[in-house]
Parts: sequence; structure tokens; C-alpha cells
Amino acid sequence: MAIEVRIPTILRTYTDGSKAVEGKGDTLAGLLDDLDGRHPGLRGRLVTEEGGLHRFVNIYVNDEDVRFLGGLETPLNDGDNVTVLPAVAGGSVEE
Amino acid sequence: MLTLPRAMVDAIVAHARRDHPDECCGVLAGSGGVATRLFEMDNAERSPTGFTFDSAEWLRVYRDIDDADEDILVVYHSHTATEAYPSRTDIRWSVNTPGASWLLVSTREPSYDEVKSYTITDGEVVEEEIRITE
Repeated sequence: MAIEVRIPTILRTYTDGSKAVEGKGDTLAGLLDDLDGRHPGLRGRLVTEEGGLHRFVNIYVNDEDVRFLGGLETPLNDGDNVTVLPAVAGGSVEE
Repeated sequence: MLTLPRAMVDAIVAHARRDHPDECCGVLAGSGGVATRLFEMDNAERSPTGFTFDSAEWLRVYRDIDDADEDILVVYHSHTATEAYPSRTDIRWSVNTPGASWLLVSTREPSYDEVKSYTITDGEVVEEEIRITE
């Protein structure tokens, strides 16, 4: 099962500069575990130590934000495409 | 120094005034350091104290810019009750847009638009001059 994952510029240090990598998994969590084997450190930029999605990134499965799907438990199928983007946020008041 | 056409600066200020008292946000893109396209983004927070690019819209805009081989040159947003200076939250988030200027508009004064631009590198904020072309 091959799933294409598009990597944004700021995370390409983990993929030797590649814009896209391939991985496998039945869920997003499984895919990220698989990718971390070949691209150590990538998972840590996407998932917090508590095991949730990092709010500094958006992850999309077939162009849908996984926050509106099943988060890390979002099921994946062969041929799905996953896109990672840096989130953009800020504001005048300290969170 | 950041060079921008007057129409683009006017459009950013108009966006900030329109969304006041909520913060507005958007990006400028272009090639070779010259901003040629402005994307007004939806503030998913719809808040007077923060902004987050709407995630679905951001995916479309990011792809559009990437497919055109353009760069994200400026991230802009407004502060609606405070000065046009990056907050600690802004500084923390700026790591996600390396190389982009952070342009801020303060709309706290009804009759004065404070517009300032900054580079933020490794947490260090440096104001840059905005040169406006006609």
C-alpha cells in the first residue's frame, strides 16, 4: 500500500530535500510511524509528546484537514494522498 | 526593505478596516522578491486577539503559489487594539514562514493606519522600511 506524502519546504530537512515521499499505513498514525523509520525526526514535528497532532502543522488526507476527519486515527487507503503544510497563525494576545 | 505597490498596501489596510474589531490576515506572493499577488485569507478564529489561516483555504492558496513557483514574501495581519509590533505569539509562529516579512496593521486608532513590516529571524525582530511605489 503506497501513499504519497507531500512535504513542505520547512520539513524537507527530514526528507533529504524531497518534496514528496511514499509510505504505508492503515491509519495516519501508522503512516507517520512508517515514515519516521526512514525519515527520523519527521514524526516529532507532526505529533506532540502527548500523542496529539501538532498545532503548528496542518495535515490533509485527499485535501481534507484531518482535524475534521479522524485525526491520527484517520483511515488510509492505497492511492490516498497526504499533504503536510505549516499552519499560519499569530495574534496580538499571548495564548 | 520591503517594496510594495500602493494599491497592495491600500488593499491590506482596507481588509484590516473591514474586519475590525477582529484581526484580518493574508499573504503576498511573488518571484524574485517582488510581491505581485495578494491573498486575503479567512481568519478561522474570527477573533479580536488572534488569527489562524483557514486550513482548507490555505491548502488552495499554498498550492497556487507553489505551482506558480512563487514565494510567500509577506504574511500580514492586523492588531485591532494594540500597536503594529509582533507579539510573542507572532514571533513563535513566524518560524513556519522562514524568509517572509511579517507586516502588521494597527487599527486601534480610527483615523490613523499604522503599517509596519518586520523580519523575524530566530526570534529576533527587526523593523524594515516599507517603500511604496505608485
